[in-house]
Amino acid sequence: MTLSQRLRDIDWIDVWLWIFRILIIVGVVIGIVRKLFFGAGTAYGVDDWLDFFISGLSQGGLYALIALGYTMVYGVLFMINFAHGEFFMSGGMAATYLVASTLAATGFMNEQPIIYLVLVMVFSVLTSMSVSLLTERIAYRPLRRAPRLVPLITAIGASFFWQYIFRGFFGSAVKAFPVPTILEGRVNVLGLDFLKVRLMVIIVSIVALIALYLFVQKTKTGKSIRAVAEDKDVAALMGIDVDRAIATTFAVGAMMAGIAAVLWGLVFKQVIFSMGFVPGIKAFTAAVLGGIGSIPGAALGGFFLGVIEAVGPPLILEGLGAPGAHQLKDVTAFLLLVLVLIFRPQGIIGERLAEKKA
Amino acid sequence: MKRLSLLALLVLVLALALVACGGGTTETPAEGGEEVAATEAPAEATEAPAEATEPAAEGSMECTDALGCVEVAPGDPILIASALVISGPNIELGTDSQRGVEIAIAMRPEVLGHPVELQAEDDGCSAEGGQAAGQKIVSNPQIVGVIGTSCSGAGVPMAAIISDAGYLMISPSNTSPALTDPEQAWKPGYFRTAHNDLIQGAAMATFAYEQLGLTKAAAIHDGDPYTEGLASAFYDAFQALGGEGVGFEAEAADATNVEPLLTSIAAAEPQFLFYPVFQPLAPLLTNTAKTVPGLETTILAAADGVFSPSFLEATPGTSEGMYLSGPDLSFANTMYQDEFIPMYQEMFGSEPTNVYHAHAFDATNILLNAVESVAQQGADGTLLIGRQALRDAVAATSGYVGLTGTLTCSEFGDCADAKIAVSHVENGEFVPVWNNKDGSLQ
Repeated sequence: MTLSQRLRDIDWIDVWLWIFRILIIVGVVIGIVRKLFFGAGTAYGVDDWLDFFISGLSQGGLYALIALGYTMVYGVLFMINFAHGEFFMSGGMAATYLVASTLAATGFMNEQPIIYLVLVMVFSVLTSMSVSLLTERIAYRPLRRAPRLVPLITAIGASFFWQYIFRGFFGSAVKAFPVPTILEGRVNVLGLDFLKVRLMVIIVSIVALIALYLFVQKTKTGKSIRAVAEDKDVAALMGIDVDRAIATTFAVGAMMAGIAAVLWGLVFKQVIFSMGFVPGIKAFTAAVLGGIGSIPGAALGGFFLGVIEAVGPPLILEGLGAPGAHQLKDVTAFLLLVLVLIFRPQGIIGERLAEKKA
Repeated sequence: MKRLSLLALLVLVLALALVACGGGTTETPAEGGEEVAATEAPAEATEAPAEATEPAAEGSMECTDALGCVEVAPGDPILIASALVISGPNIELGTDSQRGVEIAIAMRPEVLGHPVELQAEDDGCSAEGGQAAGQKIVSNPQIVGVIGTSCSGAGVPMAAIISDAGYLMISPSNTSPALTDPEQAWKPGYFRTAHNDLIQGAAMATFAYEQLGLTKAAAIHDGDPYTEGLASAFYDAFQALGGEGVGFEAEAADATNVEPLLTSIAAAEPQFLFYPVFQPLAPLLTNTAKTVPGLETTILAAADGVFSPSFLEATPGTSEGMYLSGPDLSFANTMYQDEFIPMYQEMFGSEPTNVYHAHAFDATNILLNAVESVAQQGADGTLLIGRQALRDAVAATSGYVGLTGTLTCSEFGDCADAKIAVSHVENGEFVPVWNNKDGSLQ
């Protein structure tokens, strides 16, 4: 084989991809080395790094909870439900305006903080579930046999619809989410200094993720969801009510979003009608990162994204000397997403999808 | 495959339709300097004689203006436009200014025998919003001038569109230094009655360094021209005074988790943290800052972008002790308290929701004064208002006594009599404590 023949056989797209991979990796390595060993940018102590990590971990927990809704619906319907971020927002908005602020104004919140949290959470979950089931019944079910793009566009429409419905109900201002005084301040666990709300978010999200995993793996309903995900027609032949299984999937995903909304309120102390959009996109990213369709994948993707967002800018970007590093956290997060997907197109722990599912 | 090509075709048709529509609106405005003005003027000139055939004695009513004229027929209103943020989370900023415009019109319902009418547009507080509102305004040749925009971010693209079309705009609340800097975003026909943030930034820096005696400060912006301009004006002025700048950071306006950013900043131990951003980022930073180790005792400060009751409602407790800078409303004249505020309450049933209503009032009056001084009047009441003459008349504003002080326009459109006050949040209310002309108020 002559040299010219060899040159002709090279796929230039592959070459470009390799250059891209190498550039990202070199950039990341240079950034980290400059930051850690040559003291680029602000100098951080161990405590600061732990704070970055814990903050990212709890943010990741929130992403993971929201990501479950994306991944479960995708697993069952192979559809990206872009309205899921609004299921999250609806729970947070309704619970804040209708329950939390009322209970805070009467003083009940600080007298019975546990009951308060439970009430707010239940209300948020119920709202999210109702919004989700309504959307599924009215906007998605009639389109189940339609081409793939139709429900996708419908989902985007539904997202705007709910956003502006809630803006109509509650107005467009930022609303404070009342946080009980017992959750203010910090707590020391295992030698680590946590913000109480952050710790609570990490614990609640892990518990919820495990509970959901057990529900899908161990219960009869969970089995029916998995069967429908495998093959709707065969599942129907086996006597499974497909509509019901799909509705349950939506309800369970929305329940996680409703829980996430209250945790979100506790951490950031505010809600607004547009709060669903960015977390929705981030959670979708997390679901893809972990391997869409996989529940442990969504959880892992969420935590991974949260931590990268928090630790990436100070560690990598400041090392590279980027100004306003934190504004570029999405760049860090999405570059790593690209990197992960170049090496593992199926996501971190996603399975290779069969031809039919892909 | 068939479906896919059908979809592609549909998208193509839609795109073509959009391009066609866009072309329609961009045709109306003249596309820049004198060349186009020259082609426009004859067009208007041919129109004028055609109309003037009825009253034959109207030889003087000919448009000789380099940028063309607005012709207002007898009985027709003089149309002015506003482009303020009247939707979304910063609605209070824009509606407050719009009310200032409406009060000015209510106090002066007729100019040269013509009623004054307002066409209210929304600047969306964003570059896209300013672009859209600008396009809409210049597609209407009857509009004599614009009161807007609310946000500097919307003002930059809009100034370009308005200026190219030969129109003029007076902003009641754009404060970004870039907008009146000919090296940056300044365009002929752009004016403002709001202060330039170089002054506000310097005032906040002076307050922090001299009044509070602090020596280490950090600032955060969100990349928007207003926030970046003000944050860097503050940061530069603070260092020029002899203070130490320990962090100049940026965060996305729709950021979710700001804790890592604040942890970064806390590592440099600032005594004063200034973040002149909008909602929802400003309340988010306020709510999060006190929980970040190292920032517990740092004094927080923001600016006029969130100088409103809704900011205090979104930050119960956490905004306590903050300092906010903004235009000083304790005006020397009595008209503000005696006439303007009662009228505001009567017309809109509320207290002012932000701080730029008086600036909008002055902007409207400057525009109407200019109309009064340059309009040619026909015997039948027809008005011919030259656009270049109107710009020149506004630019020549000097020693005009308005609500906000004595206004004189600079060469590049800065007309404000800038008096900056710093307020302290005490028991959930703004209490003015200092201003850049009189010093401490307590």
